[in-house]
Amino acid sequence: MATEENKKTGAGQGSKPGSKPGSQQGFVYLPLIAGWLVPGAGHFLLRKWGRGALLSASILGMFVIGLAMQGKLYAGAHDILHLLGLAGDLGNGLLYIFSRMLGLGADQVQVTTADYGTCFIVVAGLLNVIAAVDAHNLRTGRKA
Amino acid sequence: MSHFLAVVLFAFFASIVFGVTMRDTPRRMIRYGIYCFVLFVGAAIVLSWLMFLIAR
Repeated sequence: MATEENKKTGAGQGSKPGSKPGSQQGFVYLPLIAGWLVPGAGHFLLRKWGRGALLSASILGMFVIGLAMQGKLYAGAHDILHLLGLAGDLGNGLLYIFSRMLGLGADQVQVTTADYGTCFIVVAGLLNVIAAVDAHNLRTGRKA
Repeated sequence: MSHFLAVVLFAFFASIVFGVTMRDTPRRMIRYGIYCFVLFVGAAIVLSWLMFLIAR
């Protein structure tokens, strides 16, 4: 079934008949980097449209809901917990950078739901890292 | 937004990502996504009741 899907979606394009999936030409880390910067972009590059759309919608949805709940965007690493939060937030790639530039997200957690919002934003970043690594695995042929 | 709705939304989105990234075929993705969703929400309900009973 995975082979049929690959034929339909065109995964493994650029590979010659008989060659290993991982021996495709081009920059092998491009889906990983694109997937980190823009949620789902790594899968879109590999023409996995359905998977990319689901991942993009899920991660974007979590991030936006987190902001709507007045979640906090970590700005600096004052202590180890803030450092971990910042690492999670950075997983969102351009979403985090643009949100910081636009001044979105609360500076201080003031309502109960803001704690959940902060958690949503951090987890969205971590899920985006998982999605980017998945795109990399698809690119190298480690996953069908 | 209620706490339960937050749990359901969290479980929904996280389960989609887990399903898509951890399995190879669409059928297995859906099954694993549903499995994760049930575990997320089920664990939240069970732990909530436990904390409620302990607090009494």
